[in-house]
Amino acid sequence: MESAISLKHVTKTFGPVVANKDVSLDIYKGEILSLLGENGSGKTTLLNMIAGIYYPDAGEVLVNGKPVEIRSPKDAFNLGIGMIHQHFKLVDVFTATENIALGLDSKEKFDLKAVRKKAQEICDKYHFEMDFNQKVYSMSVSQKQTLEIIKVLYRGVDILILDEPTAVLTPQETEKLFAVIRNMKADGKSVVIITHKLHEVLEISDRVSILRKGEYIGSVDTKDADESILTEMMVGKKVELNIDRPEPKDTIKRLEVKNLSVVSAEGVEVLHDVNFDAFGGEILGIAGVSGNGQKELLEAIAGLQPVVQGGSVKYYNSDDGKGDAMEVIGKNPRIIRRAGIHMSFVPEDRLGMGLVGSMGMTGNMMLKDYETGKWFLTDRKRPKNLAEQIKDELAVVTPSINTPVSRLSGGNVQKVLVGREIAAAPMVLMTAYAVRGLDINTSYTIYDLLNQQKKKGVAVIYVGEDLDVLLALSDRILVLCGGRVNGIVDARKTNKEEVGLLMTKLRKEGEKSE
Amino acid sequence: MSSLIAWIIRAIPFGTIIMYGAMGETVTEKSGNLNLGVPGIMYLGGFAGFASAFFYENNVANPNAFVCILLTLVSGIIASMLGGLIFSFLTITLRANQNVTGLALTTFGMGVANFFGVFILNGSAYSAAPFANSVYIRKIPVLSNLGAVGQTVFGYGFLAYVAIVLAILLHIFLNKTRVGLNLRAVGENPATADAAGINVTMYKYLPTCIGAGVSGIGGLYYVLDYNSGIWATTGQIEALGWLALALVIFTTWRPLNAIWGAYLFGVLYWLYQFLPSLLGFTVASYVTDLIQMVPYLVTIVVLIVTSLRKKKENQPPANLGLAYFREER
Repeated sequence: MESAISLKHVTKTFGPVVANKDVSLDIYKGEILSLLGENGSGKTTLLNMIAGIYYPDAGEVLVNGKPVEIRSPKDAFNLGIGMIHQHFKLVDVFTATENIALGLDSKEKFDLKAVRKKAQEICDKYHFEMDFNQKVYSMSVSQKQTLEIIKVLYRGVDILILDEPTAVLTPQETEKLFAVIRNMKADGKSVVIITHKLHEVLEISDRVSILRKGEYIGSVDTKDADESILTEMMVGKKVELNIDRPEPKDTIKRLEVKNLSVVSAEGVEVLHDVNFDAFGGEILGIAGVSGNGQKELLEAIAGLQPVVQGGSVKYYNSDDGKGDAMEVIGKNPRIIRRAGIHMSFVPEDRLGMGLVGSMGMTGNMMLKDYETGKWFLTDRKRPKNLAEQIKDELAVVTPSINTPVSRLSGGNVQKVLVGREIAAAPMVLMTAYAVRGLDINTSYTIYDLLNQQKKKGVAVIYVGEDLDVLLALSDRILVLCGGRVNGIVDARKTNKEEVGLLMTKLRKEGEKSE
Repeated sequence: MSSLIAWIIRAIPFGTIIMYGAMGETVTEKSGNLNLGVPGIMYLGGFAGFASAFFYENNVANPNAFVCILLTLVSGIIASMLGGLIFSFLTITLRANQNVTGLALTTFGMGVANFFGVFILNGSAYSAAPFANSVYIRKIPVLSNLGAVGQTVFGYGFLAYVAIVLAILLHIFLNKTRVGLNLRAVGENPATADAAGINVTMYKYLPTCIGAGVSGIGGLYYVLDYNSGIWATTGQIEALGWLALALVIFTTWRPLNAIWGAYLFGVLYWLYQFLPSLLGFTVASYVTDLIQMVPYLVTIVVLIVTSLRKKKENQPPANLGLAYFREER
């Protein structure tokens, strides 16, 4: 097989984070290659380097056997490489034609009619349907994706990269897309799909390459692969972490989630009929590839996300686990917080939710405490004491509690966020990605904090990315896949492969685990 | 009838000033830059134009009309483009906040113009460039004598007609050319434009500087034509600059709308003087101030209506006022 693109010993770092480490990978001519890996395994970063978005720190890229420098998307197009990003690069108020014409070679005459004619030919060839006068803002997600594909084909690419193309599509739209991809393969083009959905990998691709934690693990021909082989390559062998895990005792039901469904603003069902209980005194881990409903689940419980009618989240406040339950759905987030349900969500940009970057620790403590104080004056003393306390107990490294938190390192920002939520003495504590980007020591500090809360009888819900941590820290693990609860397993008895499989392969209706 | 004609021949030159200001700002805003420094830039353009005219006609025995126009226009445009360059450097290269920078530029432009104006005024309340004024207000021969139509349609200096031509050219440029398409893309979604291989930095710098140049012509037109070639230390240009900014919103970022919109603003602005006399009654002076508010009120109404209708095409460029940084993650 002849290589269309070869990556040789490519490394890319962002500050201290190594996104890709010494990756060597070949993309053959006329094949459909799946690039498989968990969150943060460096799939998108790797292909962004081929598409000209990033430039590798080390290593080289060969196109058709010749070393090349790809410094911008334009360079990539000139080499016949086109990438369709997860976030579409389209101008909303432009028509389809205008979007296709954008950035075309300026030596050609500017003629929208000619552009449209050529685009129509592409549509006929690959059986697309497109209204070229339609403005992008009135298009559906699938239409936008089609437009992106036409845009790339218009520029005459031979290698097409699709980043999680099916994440936003309905099953029918996915089938259509796959037909298009097969058409392109028949036309002699190479197609690379970034994905974490095993069944799609097996359905569409000729070959699978696997990345794990930024490193290249290997490639297999799809015909020789099955789900368990791929899962094992994807998640790797179990790593012993020695995280403390006290036995849960005196567990009482705190949360009862029933028939919870959420539909996103785009009309996609991001959570489907979720049911589970969370108990005080245990840590319930939530595993899943990111974007499978974790964020929406926590937000729905915290009252920040509207849910589909019929869903219910009951909260048991009394200590015997009986008594009257409070229905959380429909309540205002502040009331939910006051009742004792707290959430600390660490988004990718860390400061986006929960903290105000330009305020100091004291100010950020006050965000959730501003109603106290006399008359219209706020009380600064309590938040100040709390800030001091968190700074000492969690060893937050900051020049002063009044230094804007945006100047602190990521780990310290997270300590402030998690520390504040814990300090409010919650009954239910939800954390998402609490150790994202943290070094080992700080991560263990956070695990200790969560364990302390567990011992106190708090119901801890821990959304995590690292399976090893989830397996070592949680008592039970709930696995989300495609917005559904794909299984709830006992963390002491399960293994990485089982959880990995649950994360990537939706069980058929009726199948049971446990 | 005569006061209606007087109203129109007052309103159209007034509209021309803000039409320039608004057209320049439209080009700037299409690149995603919100330059609130328009009043300052109009000061820079007006003062540079006046100063060059003043020195030219005071130092040359037989001033030539063509040289005078060239000299004043070039110096006015260059001065205002420098203002645009300051704004560009601060907001595009250094990614400073655009609102703050724009307001600072307004203060800066006024300050510079009035500071150097002191040396020309040399102690008197105003100084004049009568030759340049005569060149700028030169009317179209023959046609301007054709009664009421001649007065109202053909009775203005050449810049009033250039403004209309420029508006049409800008419309074609923005909607029918490749560069115009690229420019709009940069203002709407710079990341997309960047991915399409468009040089975003250049597409922000050039329109912002050229836009400032066009806005500056408004100031120049004000001093050398509208204000009879007289320079005095007043705040008049500033008010016109804000009106130009309001006009950009009123036109929903379309140069063709700027033509009639500017004249409408002119008519509304002079409403206080001509409508009462047309109807034959007088109004108290405090009422005139209230009436002068009408253009701004109309702009607010337009804003409310376009916001209510939520038509994407009538909204400001999506990325207006935001800096672009490719490596933001």
